[in-house]
Amino acid sequence: MQRRKFLKATGSGIAMTGLAGILAAHRAPVFAQASTVHILRWNDFVPAADKVLREVFAPEVQKALGIKLNVETVNANDIPARATAAIQSGNGPDIFMLLNNYPQLYASSSVDVSDIAAEVGKAQGGIYGLPQAMCTVGKQWVAMPWSTVPAMIAYRKSWFEEIGVKEFPKTWAQYHEAGKKLKAAKRAIGQTLGHTFGDAPTFAYPLLWSYGGQEVDAKGKVVLNSKETVDSVRFMAQFWKDSHDEGGLAWDDSNNNRAFLSGDVCATLNGASIYVAALNGGDKFKTEKGAPLHTDILHAALPSGPKGSHPYHTAFTHMVMKYSKNAKAAKEFLRWAHTKANYEKWVVVQKGFAIAPTRDWEKHPMWDVDPVMLPFKTASQQGRHMGFGGPPDKKAAEAWNKYIIVDMYAQAANGKLKPEDSVKWAAGELAKIYT
Amino acid sequence: MAPRGERVHVSRAKRMLESEKLLATVLLVPGLAILLIFIAYPFVMALWYSLTSIRVGDPGTFVGLANFTKAFNDTIFQNAFRNTVFYTFWATIFKFALGMWLALLLNRHFRFKRLIRASMLLPFIIPTVLSAFAWRWMFDPTFSVMNWVLFHSGIITDRLPFLSDGDWAMWCAVLVNTWRGMPFFAITLLAGLQTISPDLHEAAALDGANAWYRFWHVTWPLLMPVTLVVVVFSVIQTFSDFQLIYVLTGGGPANSTHLVATYAYQVGVASGLLGEGAALSLFMFPVLFAVVWMQLRFMKRMDGA
Repeated sequence: MQRRKFLKATGSGIAMTGLAGILAAHRAPVFAQASTVHILRWNDFVPAADKVLREVFAPEVQKALGIKLNVETVNANDIPARATAAIQSGNGPDIFMLLNNYPQLYASSSVDVSDIAAEVGKAQGGIYGLPQAMCTVGKQWVAMPWSTVPAMIAYRKSWFEEIGVKEFPKTWAQYHEAGKKLKAAKRAIGQTLGHTFGDAPTFAYPLLWSYGGQEVDAKGKVVLNSKETVDSVRFMAQFWKDSHDEGGLAWDDSNNNRAFLSGDVCATLNGASIYVAALNGGDKFKTEKGAPLHTDILHAALPSGPKGSHPYHTAFTHMVMKYSKNAKAAKEFLRWAHTKANYEKWVVVQKGFAIAPTRDWEKHPMWDVDPVMLPFKTASQQGRHMGFGGPPDKKAAEAWNKYIIVDMYAQAANGKLKPEDSVKWAAGELAKIYT
Repeated sequence: MAPRGERVHVSRAKRMLESEKLLATVLLVPGLAILLIFIAYPFVMALWYSLTSIRVGDPGTFVGLANFTKAFNDTIFQNAFRNTVFYTFWATIFKFALGMWLALLLNRHFRFKRLIRASMLLPFIIPTVLSAFAWRWMFDPTFSVMNWVLFHSGIITDRLPFLSDGDWAMWCAVLVNTWRGMPFFAITLLAGLQTISPDLHEAAALDGANAWYRFWHVTWPLLMPVTLVVVVFSVIQTFSDFQLIYVLTGGGPANSTHLVATYAYQVGVASGLLGEGAALSLFMFPVLFAVVWMQLRFMKRMDGA
């Protein structure tokens, strides 16, 4: 009898910690849950960085934390659709890489990462204001800033010098004049005004702000339809016609890279991916004189308007999803990836195309290697966010997602609407969002 | 000899199979289940979503017809609706005219007839996304092969704005849709043509009818039921088209080529406004319903005649 009792007791104990225990708890055991983290990111414009994630981060994090990292990459413009489907079905990647102020749209589906943000900020000199604005709702961090891709104009130094411009134009008017001459020489400026996540909004929003226009005021009232905005749109319509490759209306974020590298355009607003590609491409990309193309590329900030220069740099963030059964492991992975020793492995291969969200990295020796990349080093120190005037909230995210500001310029640039009508249209569309 | 119980079992099963009612029910169940799960359920959910303020990650509340009112007053949606009608109308006209022409040609006897008939189906069987990407490259603003050919042959001095001008982009989309959909028209009309007895043509020819009269008074009336079916299918597919525009233009430049489906996707899926997106997509329903209803009425009338 005693032996039977003993077997019964130990047997049920074993069963409860085994399969029966798992079934009773409706959860997989902790070690199994933490074993795989699925992260969905964009196809990086610097492919070497994706290689680091797959070939360096994945084996190292498995060794360090026992986490199997599954890295999936897709076209950046397709991420919102994946996120929406995953959130609504409650099933999908454990971590989503999000752009711009998308964290605001998905805030209610995120896991709080305030603890990681506090640790990383404290250890690395503080997080810049722009990524912080994108990732916080109230005081809570709904996503963790991973990097920023600063928007700078990449330009052909020799082509500008040939028309007598020794230093890159400081104002829109000077840029317009230079562009006229260059377009006449079949070397137009390349700029997208299409429906694409990066180069179109990073151009359109700063142009608006540089003239003193803005979407809303501090109370959330739409104030877009102003003299300042109309002036900026009027300028753009003329600037487009005189100086730009008009095919830019149909470009996405990769078209300008190809056009620049093939010698079709003299300048374009971009991350540093053009320069990095020219650098890595070696003999593949050459000037018309046979010199390596990268020796003729420089970077400059967007010119100033009547109210100064206020750039917008694309924020890349990581959101741990609330539906994830591996949220704890996902957070551990992020904490591990953000340590200086690990993050460095990823950020140095970017060569400045993507920069860190924290200030300490400005002191990194990587910036001593190539003076052409220096404008990117401190780019995050200034900048505004979409929806400026108000917060970069869901409404601001909806407005940029509908490309209202980009289209306001595009419609005037292609002559579809007069500048004042295009502004009126955009203000009307914004009013429907900000009601 | 089988045991007694087993014999009873077999005869019961046999009886069940012999019952027409039961057999019909059994055969209908899988189809009905598929219809319910993949058509009815999503449709009812879309209807419900359209009446709520549901956003991604937020179930929202009942808002009545507010989403429909918003869509009705949305200038981008109005433009997308006009574009959809324009796109469907012209693409269907071209697909029909060219498809009919091709079907008449392929109905003749010539060498390699089978090979040519099979190869004609290529645009239809290549995945739309793949062919749309190929066309996007051909229309590329900077590297378009067509621009290159025209420029180097001296026909043009400036690049043609295939996708960067709203009107051009819309016609490019119509062209690609026509290229893709024409084989469906041609092959279906060809099947219809082959059911027409050659005796009728011979009789008409003996009566002195020329080629046009033979087509108009013999071929056309006999082909009408097939034509109607193929046109209705095409209208439904073209009106609710998504992939081609999404890949080719993304709705740009400046919303010039947005169709109802692509705009509903942008609002509902990309912006996470699921309720508004559902309302936008439901605007397609009455139009498509009317098309199907007219077709069914017409078919009924023809059957009666």
